Amino acid sequence: MFTLKKLKKYKTMAFSYTPGLKVSEKELIVRRRMLPLKGEVLVRNEDQVNSEDIIARTLLPGKIEIINVANKMGIDQGDVPSAMIKKEGEFVHKGQTIAESKSLFGLFKSHATANFSGTIESVSSVTGQVILRGAPQSIEINAYLKGTVIEIIPDLGIAIESWGTLIQGIFGIGGETSGKITMASNSPDQIIDESVISQEYRGKIIVGGSLVTGNALKLASQLGVRGIVVGGFDDQDLRDFLGYDLGVAITGHENLGVTVIATEGFGKINMAPRTFELLRQNQGQLASINGTTQIRAGVIRPEVIIPSTASKKDVFVQPKGLNVGTSVRIIRNPYFGQLGTVKDLPMESSILDSGSKARVVLIQLDNDNRPVLVPRANVEIIEDND
Amino acid sequence: MINDEGHIIRPALGNIGCDLYISTSSAGGGLQMMVAGVVRSMTAESAERAALGAGSIVMDVIALNDKRLPHERIERIQSLRPDMILIAGETDGANTDKVIKITETIGAADPKPRLGSNFKLPVIYAGNKIRRDEVKTILEEKTDLNIVDNLRPTLEEERLLPAREKIHNLFLEHVMKQAPGYGKLMKWVDADIMPTPAAVGAILKRVATEKNINAVGVDIGGATTDIFSLFEGEFNRTVSANLGMSYSISNVLAESGLPNLIRWIPFGLDERDLRNRIKNKMIRPTTIPQTLEELILEQAIAKEALRLSFIHHKAFATRLKGVQQQRTISDSFDQDTDSQSTIEMLDLNLLVASGGVLSHAPQPEQTAMMLIDAFLPEGITQLAKDSIFMMPHLGVVSQIHPQAATEVFENDCLIYLGTCIAPRGIAKKGRKALSFSIQKPDGKVEKDILKVGEMKRITLDINSKAQLNLDPSSEFDVGQGKGVPLNVSVRGGSVGIIFDCRGRPLSLPKISDERINQLKLWFRTLDVYPEEAEKI
Repeated sequence: MFTLKKLKKYKTMAFSYTPGLKVSEKELIVRRRMLPLKGEVLVRNEDQVNSEDIIARTLLPGKIEIINVANKMGIDQGDVPSAMIKKEGEFVHKGQTIAESKSLFGLFKSHATANFSGTIESVSSVTGQVILRGAPQSIEINAYLKGTVIEIIPDLGIAIESWGTLIQGIFGIGGETSGKITMASNSPDQIIDESVISQEYRGKIIVGGSLVTGNALKLASQLGVRGIVVGGFDDQDLRDFLGYDLGVAITGHENLGVTVIATEGFGKINMAPRTFELLRQNQGQLASINGTTQIRAGVIRPEVIIPSTASKKDVFVQPKGLNVGTSVRIIRNPYFGQLGTVKDLPMESSILDSGSKARVVLIQLDNDNRPVLVPRANVEIIEDND
Repeated sequence: MINDEGHIIRPALGNIGCDLYISTSSAGGGLQMMVAGVVRSMTAESAERAALGAGSIVMDVIALNDKRLPHERIERIQSLRPDMILIAGETDGANTDKVIKITETIGAADPKPRLGSNFKLPVIYAGNKIRRDEVKTILEEKTDLNIVDNLRPTLEEERLLPAREKIHNLFLEHVMKQAPGYGKLMKWVDADIMPTPAAVGAILKRVATEKNINAVGVDIGGATTDIFSLFEGEFNRTVSANLGMSYSISNVLAESGLPNLIRWIPFGLDERDLRNRIKNKMIRPTTIPQTLEELILEQAIAKEALRLSFIHHKAFATRLKGVQQQRTISDSFDQDTDSQSTIEMLDLNLLVASGGVLSHAPQPEQTAMMLIDAFLPEGITQLAKDSIFMMPHLGVVSQIHPQAATEVFENDCLIYLGTCIAPRGIAKKGRKALSFSIQKPDGKVEKDILKVGEMKRITLDINSKAQLNLDPSSEFDVGQGKGVPLNVSVRGGSVGIIFDCRGRPLSLPKISDERINQLKLWFRTLDVYPEEAEKI
């Protein structure tokens, strides 16, 4: 039997929660920055760092060349140490002679040289081989985010905290980069084609409206635009740009010179006005963006972070679920990309045009007077913690 | 079911609570692997082929000659968070340290499972056997290391089977357990949590064995498509972890190619638009089709996912019989073909459909059409679907109460769609394919002659049987040989008896308008979609 307590519990459980993407004007953002291998952390706790500051470094051992000196010079393995004119631990330049021998009366000389600059690591009288090691290679990671160091992970990296604007995209390509936010369109419905892309956007993160074309992507990459944040792009153009067909949504490693983030989806879709307005308000500000996307259990979304100096004691508001008045985005045809407000949440399931039965939500579209019925599965809440 | 403290009420008290709480665990986004080898075009490519053959998505191939620096490889492993890594390299007995170098890179990356659970990341070593001890030293502490036979024991020989089987088993046994909440769920259940594919396979195997029939079952999900078959007592199970209706939907397009997908769509569609729609489903995997057009598109994609998964299954079943592939360096390294498959479609008795797109299709005719187009049954095949996606749970029950599981499967789980009559053979369109007479339970007899390219549906109640006389023309075989008549009792279903005289293998008109008209005719004949579909 149902007790009153149980009924109450059911009532609180009855709301429908449809996760959405975060578009937050101000929130506390924390990012960890880690070296791939152990090394040296170059900053201290509570240091202020800028996005391009190097915060940790490690040295990779240089490449190795095994030089068979005995063979090259036609001498016994045991004679190699005495033939060496460069000793273990000594630095040699590319092309420099490392061993030399003289035959009878000094008439015929033979020698061995280094193929690249490096240090003589070992000389073996058993094998007659010399190991030459190239200069170590420095691997550095930057802060990515302008903010304060709040944690040091010894030998590996740090955690950085910053107040700022956070906008999650739905899908992106390309890894981390930073640059100044520059509006490349005047409205959320404008298309960025190649005529819009110019030299002035070099090193910048440009913000577009509803679509970036394939040619614009290529031109932006050639001109050194660092990032593009836009409502959508066509899969056909993405395939041409990448050079392959994307099988699953796991990205971030693309090395195409530009990071691209779609805030709404594939195709021509107006950027949500609030997202567009937030980016416009931050025109000229330095932003950190990352196109890395992984859509599977343990989801990772692409992001735009615009750090700000002023902090605000913001209280995180738990997602409220789908209620009357909630702002939503429709994420499937026939109203794909349209924004609206929840008008009603009928309890009973409805038969859709497809013939399927599903629970629906009545939505008042922002750009249309008529309310429309949409399956609850096909809407996402526009999250906002402000 | 749940008390005030939020616990499941056990045992049942009248209508409250339950006696047994069981659960299965599904894929959590499919199987995404990284593979590594010494030379990109040799051992690394063999490793890639083994992973693909096991139904995995290969996220990246690492090789000593991949023009990346060691730290770049390490960063890649760390950022991609694969579910499993397969290492190959060197032929058996080779006296170099190259496979150790690639193993050291993986060790340095200290790879972790993507969901951060307590499980160690499964790593399979299928390289030079004399390096096994060194590999153990590097990886045994950090990973769940599994060692199998070298997949390239000599340059001319490729043995993918051991690595492929190991991938498959590790996926079922370990990777699925990494799903969020798995540990919590383990405390609630009364029987071990079974991987969904294992559970579905268990119930299908039990029922098919009891009935002494040949059966194929399919379960299509968001990330994976699982196929099960029991032929002449031999059970096979494959998980195509790269073919599904949401997370992997874009991979269905990538694997099948656009023309194969478009051929099932009965209206013209802009390629750019179609690609965008598929990608939008991939990035928002939980959405459902609202319009008829969207539903038809999804069912077209499902046909390709099922078709490709079945090809994969047939190839895998063959390999389980121990056939090894000899390769020469000059081989083109094509994917396996199904030419040696043990599955004989003419001998298939029952085809069972499960998974959202099949189980929850608005009309049973749609489920039947998807099954027929994707699996191309031959001869006499009964079609059924899992009514409310109950098969996985019955699979677990079958381990505890076998008889209860079988009874519920037969009475509540399975919905018989009907029987498909599909003569095998090819002949010119318009020629006679077969004539038939059917005697229904009420004694009425219906006769007809069907031409090549035609389909026909005769309604027959779900619990009824009818006597069918089939007389195929000389080019066609309904199970007894070309042109040999067959007298058989067939079972009805929510769709009834479906005659498919389109021929095997099936070919569709090449000209778009002709193809669309042909599809519309078939759909109309079988009442697959409502009339509005004709106007799209």
